[in-house]
Amino acid sequence: MSATSSRHRGLSGDSQRNAARHRELGLSDHEYELIVTRLGREPNEVELAMLSLMWSEHCAYKHSKRLLRRLPTDGPRVLAGPGENAGALDLGGDLALVFKVESHNHPTAVEPFQGAATGVGGILRDVFALGARPIAVLDSLRFGDPSSSERSRYLLEQTVAGIGHYGNSIGVPTVGGEIYFDPSYEQNCLVDAMCVGLGPRRRLIRSAAAGPGNVLVLLGALTGRDGIGGASVLASSELGDGDEAKRPSVQIGDPFAEKKLLECCLELLDRGLLISLQDLGAAGLTSAASEMASKGGVGVDIDVGSVPLRGPGMAPFEIMVSESQERMLCVVAPDRVAAVLDVCERWETLATPVGKITERGAGARFRVLDHGDSVGELPVALLVDECPLYELQPAAPQSSLYPGTAPVLSPKPAPAEILLALLRSPNIASRRPVFEQYDPVVQSRTVRRPEQADAAVLALAPPDAGAGAIAVSIDGNGRRVACDPRAGAAEAVFECAANLACVGAEPLGLTNCLNFGNPEKPHVAWQLQEAVEGLRAACEALALPVVGGNVSLYNESPDGPILPTPVVGIVGKLPDAARAGQLGFARAGDAIALVGPFAPRRAGSELARLQGEAPAGALARKHVPAVLEAHAQVRSMVRSGALRSAHDVAEGGLAVAVAECCIAGGVGARVRLPDGIDPFGEDLGSAFVVSGDPQALAGLPLIGAVGGERLVLDGLLEMDVEELREAYGGALGQLLR
Amino acid sequence: MKFGIVRFPGSCDDVDALDAAARVGDAELLWYRDRDLRGADAIVIPGGFSYGDYLRAGAIARFAPVMEAVIEFAAAGGLVLGICNGFQVLCEAGLLPGALLCNTSLRFVFRQVLVDVADPHTPFTRAAPPRLSLPVKHATGRYYSPEPVRVVLRYAPGENPNGSQDEIAGVCNEAGNVLGLMPHPEHAVDPLTGSTDGLAIFESIRAHVGDLVQA
Repeated sequence: MSATSSRHRGLSGDSQRNAARHRELGLSDHEYELIVTRLGREPNEVELAMLSLMWSEHCAYKHSKRLLRRLPTDGPRVLAGPGENAGALDLGGDLALVFKVESHNHPTAVEPFQGAATGVGGILRDVFALGARPIAVLDSLRFGDPSSSERSRYLLEQTVAGIGHYGNSIGVPTVGGEIYFDPSYEQNCLVDAMCVGLGPRRRLIRSAAAGPGNVLVLLGALTGRDGIGGASVLASSELGDGDEAKRPSVQIGDPFAEKKLLECCLELLDRGLLISLQDLGAAGLTSAASEMASKGGVGVDIDVGSVPLRGPGMAPFEIMVSESQERMLCVVAPDRVAAVLDVCERWETLATPVGKITERGAGARFRVLDHGDSVGELPVALLVDECPLYELQPAAPQSSLYPGTAPVLSPKPAPAEILLALLRSPNIASRRPVFEQYDPVVQSRTVRRPEQADAAVLALAPPDAGAGAIAVSIDGNGRRVACDPRAGAAEAVFECAANLACVGAEPLGLTNCLNFGNPEKPHVAWQLQEAVEGLRAACEALALPVVGGNVSLYNESPDGPILPTPVVGIVGKLPDAARAGQLGFARAGDAIALVGPFAPRRAGSELARLQGEAPAGALARKHVPAVLEAHAQVRSMVRSGALRSAHDVAEGGLAVAVAECCIAGGVGARVRLPDGIDPFGEDLGSAFVVSGDPQALAGLPLIGAVGGERLVLDGLLEMDVEELREAYGGALGQLLR
Repeated sequence: MKFGIVRFPGSCDDVDALDAAARVGDAELLWYRDRDLRGADAIVIPGGFSYGDYLRAGAIARFAPVMEAVIEFAAAGGLVLGICNGFQVLCEAGLLPGALLCNTSLRFVFRQVLVDVADPHTPFTRAAPPRLSLPVKHATGRYYSPEPVRVVLRYAPGENPNGSQDEIAGVCNEAGNVLGLMPHPEHAVDPLTGSTDGLAIFESIRAHVGDLVQA
């Protein structure tokens, strides 16, 4: 089919109009010229729409791909790594664990309820696209200062409602997450959703298309105009004024449709009816089909005339790039199509053959038809592989990119005043008002719910195999990364792994979401490069493969970039669910010990923020072998039952960690802090507050004992646990009225 | 004895109810399009979001073919337990009086609550202790009835999570063979994942069915 064929109905024939449109669609002049050279002609409207999305930052990772190659992705347990819809690890006994975190930042900033809801819906599809049943959701959220910004309170409230709306009604428990507030997120809130799935290894499926003659079947919802241009217009440019005009670009979620789609897909896989499966996310059919084709080294035909539409009058390019939710694309052998349609009918899920696999080979083409007439034809390789990758131009800033804020504390606060202020800080206070809006128990696996332990624990009940359990946690503190991107990003990994150690779990794999500002700016490029280097070093130290994730760039407003916010999610395993650790002090008379090489500093701490300081200054350098040893020691003592509680020392330092153990356990403690230790200084992921029988803790550095109704930090403060509980428990609820 | 657990499109706690029931008897899932209850001695309408809670929670599920058989089964004195969304379905189907409204908070709420057994003389509570610790998780759980109803479960003082009338957590029909409750007994059957207080509901059902078989 030549470009000048009269059957090429989509071709505009007006190259000037086209040339202006490519900029509107987010392609640079240079990129557009590459396309024209490669094709030997101007792309038509359909082709331009497809290319602009596939060549967007969101789909092509053109500013981050080279950096991401530095992360370790291999390991003995890795079944699927980056490139698949989600990562997968071998859990032994024919069991695979599938997981991924993904951002939905810009859609949420425009329409928080639907943006957050469809963020959950998207990550769930990524996981069941591999053949795993989603068993847990976690969310990492960032908003502007809630005490001064009504908009941030609104975003928080609507985001939480949207996450709950989707996760609760689809029957997947939301078991954890984290929330931080900082003025830099005022215009660019972050919503990163992580999903963990579980399934038999034999059911795992890849997305690579195969077999010329096989049929492409579109599953799920009708295709409508929602999300058109989402990937290019929304996800790959800075937000500014007039974003309400982008509202139609945000997708609308239907968890009921996805629940049926989920059950339907798992049944199709159980019956062995599919050759490959892929979810439709950013760039809709275009991205799904071209990536399936690229991975399989085949060509595809898709006839937009057979795609079931929500309403009449959609142009072929709109159908190709629609981001309507709750859809999947699968490859089916012709003699099995009828069986596939039967299963879908049973689940009241729409299923329509929309195309076929055409050819093998490096020159394979992606052809778009409209009722049999060609309306676009592109080499698969051009769509998927040939977007130019850009080198970052990193430069370290001379001073902090982020201003200090108005101090919350008096100039010379008493220790008790500091402790209360920290417990009330929206970055530390109890998350109960949020997680009470999520169902954490559906599927009957949840051994540790939020606030019971530092990581969520999910039992591997029969018939899954064995009596072990999965642990999962998600972490990232942008303020500390802003101080020192390399050390801060590494610290996030150690902190997340420390959470797993507290429940007795060994970390097995990691997924990450890199949320940064505009990478074309040298300071942001430097943050990104340093943070990836920190992640690499920490993952290598922990022997953790990075099996997937995503990158969200251009989180920037006229006031500047967001705090550099790499978010990491780690999954791990423990042998005995009944021995999963918990965080609260449990019994009066137990000894308390501080385990690990704790070297806290004030720089980058929550207290520094409360005192109005900018995020600047060096973080503590970690003695990595000693940190790893502490993790292993706590993990092993939790597993053996020697510890009655374990909690890692994080934001707010040692004083807050001990207070949290008291509040969670509803019991007091008397503690003598080690000499020279800043009670509110921070060194995340290095040290643990643990408690247990004094004999069981023999040999550990003891710092106190559990008992009474007051928290006593010798020489520093003495307060009722009830007063601490009120400060800690009430703060976030007041913001969420 | 055998429990039949109805599965609608959008049911979420169906497998949880199946596993809980299987701890005290045989249990089998019943497909919403079938009118055959497959010889079940007691029916559980589980929690979740049948038909997405679209239109109104439970309003569409009541028209599913399986409900014709459930209504006949209940009319013949068979035991029917509706949990959360199942409670909503039973109210919509007219098997229970009253209705469930939006929580006063207008938000979904998850909480472990204490529930008092107000009527221990039902087939569902005969083996239950006076107070149970059970999780609630719903957005539409505020019970309302303009008529007097037979209250079986009440939230303990200070525990009402949704603004329910007279602290009502569960009601039965006049004959006492149909119970609906908002708390989730099927999520309280294993010490590993919370309390085991919910088992008492399933054990009561088993005891009652056992008596019927002997009689």
